[in-house]
Amino acid sequence: MRVILRNPRREIELTGRRRVHALLAELGLAREGHLVIRNGTLVPGDGELDADDVIEIRPVVSGG
Amino acid sequence: MKCRTCRGPAIIDLPRHNANFCAEHFLELCRRQVRKAIDDFEMFAPDDRILVAVSGGKDSLAVWDILVELGYRADGLYIGLGIGDYSHESEDFARRFADERGLTLKVVSLRDDHGFDVPTAAKATGRVPCSACGMSKRHLFDHWAREGGYDVVVTGHNLDDEAAVLFGNSLRWDVEYLARQLPVLAARDGFPKKVKPLVRLSEREMAAWCVVRGIDYIVDECPMAVGNKHLGYKEALNLIEEKSPGTKASYYLGFLERMSPLLAGVHERGTAGLSACTKCGAPTGAVGESVCAFCRLAERASTMAPVPVEMVVKKSAARRRAEKEVGR
Repeated sequence: MRVILRNPRREIELTGRRRVHALLAELGLAREGHLVIRNGTLVPGDGELDADDVIEIRPVVSGG
Repeated sequence: MKCRTCRGPAIIDLPRHNANFCAEHFLELCRRQVRKAIDDFEMFAPDDRILVAVSGGKDSLAVWDILVELGYRADGLYIGLGIGDYSHESEDFARRFADERGLTLKVVSLRDDHGFDVPTAAKATGRVPCSACGMSKRHLFDHWAREGGYDVVVTGHNLDDEAAVLFGNSLRWDVEYLARQLPVLAARDGFPKKVKPLVRLSEREMAAWCVVRGIDYIVDECPMAVGNKHLGYKEALNLIEEKSPGTKASYYLGFLERMSPLLAGVHERGTAGLSACTKCGAPTGAVGESVCAFCRLAERASTMAPVPVEMVVKKSAARRRAEKEVGR
């Protein structure tokens, strides 16, 4: 799957499926500080992400 | 995961409520929390004219959206702070939001209207940019609320913002700041009433509100705020929240319920001795000064050559690491 990260904007490729909370843990990102978005829709913690998904992990702290 | 209310598919898990929600019932939860904050703290009446402090970020656009949805009369005020591309993009988001909904947005520019910007002010004062930025915003929101005859100024401070400020104030035991840390500041001596309707909603919930409602906002962090103490406090509180969901809410809302009343006398003592600035007429409490802090800053910074953002930007360790990864 293609994962888009922000601040700064960058992309990483991961192979295989995994759940949202596993993806965040793998990347060392706090659940409380991030949203996972697929095709403009939020995916909850136990949501399954497919290998060909494009995912945005959006930090919730933004602005100033 | 199923929605706690309707058992349909959930789009968000909220550990502090030990529940998951679908889009419809998540929005309903947010509206309910805002209504509760407005009612419990007597923020404003249905006919009041509201000025929303709009930054183009998620919180200010979300609170404006919610208030309009709830039927309040709310206009926006955006202040161009001159923080390079970040300010240009923020302004675009604020303008687009207002245009798409037919809402009134007033735009003020620090550089065009007052002869300086935040990077230059930071250089002029030798202090952190957030200090000059916050002071300028407060001054201009107060000014335009008075000019426009608004009853109240709304800011988008959320639960995480307030918990982080409370944490910082507690670490220093700054009793005067603690006493002033209320979701409502009453109008007094020329200052308009100021309220924070989002204090019962977290940062993550507000970002989710914007995604669910299709609101585009500036996701980037302010380049001048990166690595500041406030963001560090938020990270620390989020670590605790992950282990113990609901901590931020009980910390801040418990403070309001049980600690604030004990500090009320301190707050009243802190409001004595204001006079009118001889330059702009704004109320000022600066000891031994006839001119307010904003006018003094403008006087100093407007004589300097504009300072580019890059000259005063700090980068956090995490950001430096991330930029290295992508070869920037």
